This record gives sequence, structure tokens and C-alpha cells, in this order.
Amino acid sequence: MLGKTAGGLFWMFRYLERSENNARLLDAGFRIALTRSASASEEWKSVLKTTGAVTEYDAQHNVYESRKVIDFLLRDPANPSSVISIMKVARDNARLVRTALTREVWEATNEAWMTLKDLLDRPIVEQDLPDALGTIRKQNALVRGATHGTMMRNDGYCFTQLGTYLERADNTARILDVKYYMLLPSIAQIGSSLDNVQWETILRSVSAQRAYHWMNGPQVTAANIADFLILQRQMPRSLAYCAQQSHESLRFLQEEYDAEHESCRLARSLHQRLKTGDINAIFEEGLHEFIEDFLIRNSTLAARIEQDYRFRE
Amino acid sequence: MLGDKESVRDPYHDYDQWFADEDPARIERKARQAEAFFRKTGITFNVYGSDEADERLIPFDVVPRIISAREWRKLSRGIEQRVRALNAFLHDIYHRQEILRAGRVPFELIANNEAFLPQMVGVNPPGEIYTHIVGTDIVRTGPDDFFVLEDNARTPSGVSYMLENRETMLQMFPELFSRIPVQPVSKYPTSLRRSLGACAPVQCEGRPVVAVLTPGIHNSAYFEHSFLADQMGVELVEGHDLRVVDGRIAMRTTEGHTNIDVLYRRVDDDFLDPLNFNPESMLGVPGIMDVYRSGGITIANAPGTGIADDKALYSYMPEIVEFYTGEKPLLQNVETYRCSDSGHLAYVLDNLADLVVKEVHGSGGYGMLVGPAASKKEIEAFRKKLKARPDNYIAQPTLALSTVPVFTKKGLAPRHVDLRPFVLVAPDRIDITPGGLTRVAMTEGSLVVNSSQGGGTKDTWVLEE
Repeated sequence: MLGKTAGGLFWMFRYLERSENNARLLDAGFRIALTRSASASEEWKSVLKTTGAVTEYDAQHNVYESRKVIDFLLRDPANPSSVISIMKVARDNARLVRTALTREVWEATNEAWMTLKDLLDRPIVEQDLPDALGTIRKQNALVRGATHGTMMRNDGYCFTQLGTYLERADNTARILDVKYYMLLPSIAQIGSSLDNVQWETILRSVSAQRAYHWMNGPQVTAANIADFLILQRQMPRSLAYCAQQSHESLRFLQEEYDAEHESCRLARSLHQRLKTGDINAIFEEGLHEFIEDFLIRNSTLAARIEQDYRFRE
Repeated sequence: MLGDKESVRDPYHDYDQWFADEDPARIERKARQAEAFFRKTGITFNVYGSDEADERLIPFDVVPRIISAREWRKLSRGIEQRVRALNAFLHDIYHRQEILRAGRVPFELIANNEAFLPQMVGVNPPGEIYTHIVGTDIVRTGPDDFFVLEDNARTPSGVSYMLENRETMLQMFPELFSRIPVQPVSKYPTSLRRSLGACAPVQCEGRPVVAVLTPGIHNSAYFEHSFLADQMGVELVEGHDLRVVDGRIAMRTTEGHTNIDVLYRRVDDDFLDPLNFNPESMLGVPGIMDVYRSGGITIANAPGTGIADDKALYSYMPEIVEFYTGEKPLLQNVETYRCSDSGHLAYVLDNLADLVVKEVHGSGGYGMLVGPAASKKEIEAFRKKLKARPDNYIAQPTLALSTVPVFTKKGLAPRHVDLRPFVLVAPDRIDITPGGLTRVAMTEGSLVVNSSQGGGTKDTWVLEE
């Protein structure tokens, strides 16, 4: 397949994943703003930090308040991380790789774009936010479902998966990067219970409160949360699961093309590191350093994939 | 649809019976469904000069245009004759120029024509074919009177609408197709790939690798480019995917560079090669003309083909057909006034209100004057442009075009149409898909059918024998 097409598939799925992650972050931030108005401003700031758009926001606004942040993250065309901007790029990429998509995937993507463009044409008032975020998640789920159900399991499919999991890993790691201080032993001793509000936002932003409790019971500890988000391979948004998926796709490509690449080696080592990782050791070495290191490795891997598979000249 | 004395014309007989039993409300509902279907599928075109995000739908009319098998036989013979003549003319004009020596076409028309590419002189395209894909625009004025309006020998577009219109009709009114035997159009993508493959250069080894070259997602016909690549099962490439590797054109794949044998380009000549043509072009491939000239790749349609569908040359088509085929043209030419000729110009200036005036190199209905539909002010403004550059224009009388019915809220109503059948030329055969794209002027009395000017389309049926 064309290198450009591989790149288009990769980025199309990165952006789709990103729009959904942003919707999830907004959902978590909004919940805090509703239930803990005192922490709202701080919480919105960390949401903006996680999406990487805090500088752009600060250039336009001087307070972190719900209405403004919601508008900025959903509809602001000047914000490259707003859902509307992201969906536009996702669809442009889909048009670019139209020949590599099944009719179902293309139509789901096109409909997602038309639906969200229409939805985000006017400001979203607070009482409509839950519905709007639900629509964003649902439209993404339709694209993912069409992809899963109709795409050939070939090289093209691998690039969609790589885009999805590299983006997702990046997102989960950023959530941890912004919130890591909440999980530090100095604030909450390993083993002791965390304050409700602290863990709620973290779990909410990866839509995994119930899953967490199914796995860990009612007790919420820093170590358990970190373990859940970093090492738990049953958790589809954990770093370990994402690394495993990326590694698998690259291994498939290597076999398919009968050519060894540096990207596969990088993915294997990242996967191994998380597979054999131990949460206590991570805390001992420093949670923050671990996450920073992961973010770097993850983006190095993405750049290497781009190079190995000739996305660009 | 109606013939003399308001009786239903023969080919429409069965459709008319079906229509009479239908509830108009149901048809209206179906028409709305069709629009939703087009939007969902992304069958849109981008309008130049408007917001880049503005992707418009071409209005679709649910009433098919129906042509009998007998009418079609006659038409397709005429088209085939014309297409053979076009290819012979192109070969001649880039080689010995016999037709100029014979004085049948004036020398200046070629020499001063920017569509003539000196780079093509003496070049022998693989299979000796210049125009592989032709979309001949035809209008009708009476039961047996077909006129060719334009030859579209360089990069005709619209074939995706022919295919999607049929697909839509099959989905909306399956029962019609079991009642009325209609010749299928769905073979077009396979024929296109076969036809292009048959023109592969000698250097090609094994199964020819075909690719479609597009200017990119912002081009007005991008949907069609991706549609055709997808339907043929070939790569859709842009200039930056390609480069010259060891004297061949190769595309950058995830596994390295792969040679291309046949490039179906939807990029204009001028943008094809920044080294040989417009140096500013970002859409083409530097050096592709050199590879082409040395026989390393087939470019369809060949560069320089535009000289054959130039509007100034159009008026010589009857001579051209006769010169190369030795036969009388089967299809008529519309009477054409060349404004470069002072006698013709005087006539045109006196009769602007009754004529259609077109730019010689224009397309898409831009920059033309439809006299009978224009205001006095528009005519006077056009008069100035015409006087300033007469050789840039030709004029034609407005024909008493036949009409076909369209579905409106008030029932069926007559509208003017044209027809663009699609022709594929391979060394061993010429394929004409039965049907084509029917473009329809959506406002009453209007003669302008171009989609860029608000025209619509409808499915075109050629009945089985």
C-alpha cells in the first residue's frame, strides 16, 4: 500500500481516538465542576493541560470556567484540539485514504462528521453537555464497530490499530502526567485510601470506575489506581494493553512484509517493560519519571513507524 | 418524454405505465431518501471560489432518461466514428500534420494554440492512443437529430455519477428494473482497468500496474478520483507519492518504491511536470515527461490531447472526421461562428441576444454567455469582452433542445438535458457504456446544465434490444 495511505489511516484513527478522549476528559471535568465547585477552576486547568491546549486557552481567556472551557474544547475552530477541529482532520484523512476503507467505515466516518458538525454548530449549554458528549462517543463507536466488522485484517488494518493505541496510550499517560501528584506517597501513603474527588476524576476520564471496582473491590489506593492504568492488561486503556496491541500490529506487519524494522524492536521493548513491570518498583523509581519516560518512548515509536513505513518522502 | 401530439414516446411507454400507478407522495419520499444517500456516501463536489469546506450535492432527479436500443445503436456508431477520428487527428498533428498540409484545418489554429504541446511532437504513445477516455457531449433536437456539443477528449469527468445514479435507482426502485429491461452500466470500472492495462508500455512486465493521479482532496472531482481508483482496485496517488526511479515512475509504498505502468491522470497538462511545464506546479511529478517520451509509462489521456477538444477546433470536426475516416460524419456538429473571423464576429455582435458565446479554452460553464437568458446589461458587458479578444470566443445558435420530464412538487415538468456517454479506447477495441451521464437544467426553460452552475443529473437508461 502507499506510504501516504498508511499514514492517512494512522492519523485518521489517532484523531478519532483523540476526539473521544477529549469528550471523556470533558465529562470528568464537568462532573467535578458540578459537584465540587470549589475545585472546578483547578480541575478545568488540568483538563486543558491534558489535552495540551492550555497555552492556546490562556491566550484567549483569563478564567477557567465551565462555559468557556466547554466551548473551547468542543467547538472552537481556532483550537486545533477542539472536537470539531479534530473531527475535521479525521475526516480529511478518511477522504485521503478513501480507497483503503470499506464503504461502511467511510460512511460511518462521514456521518460522524456531519452529525458532530451539526451538533456543534451552536454553543452547547450545560444541560445539553451530557447528551452531546454521549453523541461524540457514540459516533466514534460506530466508526470503530464498522472498522472491526468490515475491514480486511491486512496491513491497512494494522495502521488503524497503531494510530488508535499510540494515541490512547499517550492520552492515558497524559492523564497520569497531569495528576501524578495525587498518587504520590507524600500525599497519600501507599495502601491508604485516597480522597474521593481525587480518584474519581482519574477513573472517570478513562471511563473505568466500575471496572476498577470489579477488579479491586471498594478500596481505592494510589498503588491500585496506578497499577490499573499502567500495568493492568485487561484494562483497554492501560499503557500495558496499548503497548501490547501496538507491538502485535508491528509484528504482524513485519511478517506480512518480511522485513525487520526498528519500530517493532522499540515496541517490543516497551511492551516487555510494561508486561514485567511492578507498581511498587515504579513508585520507588519515581512515578513521574516513569510516565515522562513512557511519553517519550511512545512518541519516539510513533515517529519511527512513520519513518519505517514511509508515510512521507 | 412526449412525442408528437402529446403521446408518450415509445421508450417511455413502460415507465409511464408504472408512474401512472404510483403515489406521487411515495416518489417524493424516495427523492428525499436519494439525497440523504448521496450525502452519506459523500458523493459531493467542491465548488471553486467558495469556502473550502463547502461540498455540494449535485441535484438528482428520480425520473430516468430513457433511450431505445435503436437510438443507442445509431448514437454509438456516430460516437465511435468521431473518437477514431480524434485519435487519428492527434497522431497526425503531432507527426506529419497531413491535415494542415492538405489545407483542411488552418495552420494558425494549431500554431497559436496553447493546447498544442511541442513536447509531444514525434512522441509515440504506447498503443498509438492519445485519448483513452472520452466523454462526448450530445444534445438532441428531434427524434433523429443528435448534435455533438463538445468532444471532451482530455479529462472528461462525471462517470462516477453515471454509476452512482444507477446504484441509487436500483436501491430506490428495484421493481422498475424487473419490469423494464435496462442495459447495465456496472461493467465500466472493469472495462476501464482492462482498457488502461491494454495500453501498458512495452517495458511492462507481468500484470500492468495502474494508478489514478489526483490533484488531492480539495479538487472539485476528488470524489470521482477516489471512486474510480476504489472501483478498479488500484492506488490513488498524488504527485508527492511519485518519483522517477531508474527511468520509470514509481510510487512510494510502505515497502519501498513500486513501478507504475499506466497512470490515469486527472491532473491537467500544465501541472503534470514542473520540469517540462508550469514550474510552480506542486501537483505533478518532476521528470515524468522525460520518462513518458522514452516509453517508460503510459499517461492517459496523453499530454497534448487538449488540442483535439479545443472549442476553436470544434468547428472543423466534420472535415476532420471525413479526412481520417473517409466517411461522412454520422453525428452533426452545431453551427459555430469563429469570432476570430471578422465576418463571423460582426454577425455574432449583431445577434448576441440569440447566441451562446463560449470561451475557446473554457469549461464547466464558466465565462459563457447564454444570450436568450441574459439581461441587457450582461450582454453589453460581454460585448466588451468579446471585442477586446475576439479570437478567445466562439458562438453557437441556441438549439431547440429536446426536453425530458423531471419530478417536481407539481408533478412531471419538462427540462432541457444533454448526454455524456463515456468511451474507452484500447488498441484492440472501443467500449461505449450504454447510457452515460444525463445532465439536466433544473430551472424551467434554462439551457445551462453544468453542475457548477446548479445543473442536476439523472439516471440514463438504454433499453435492451
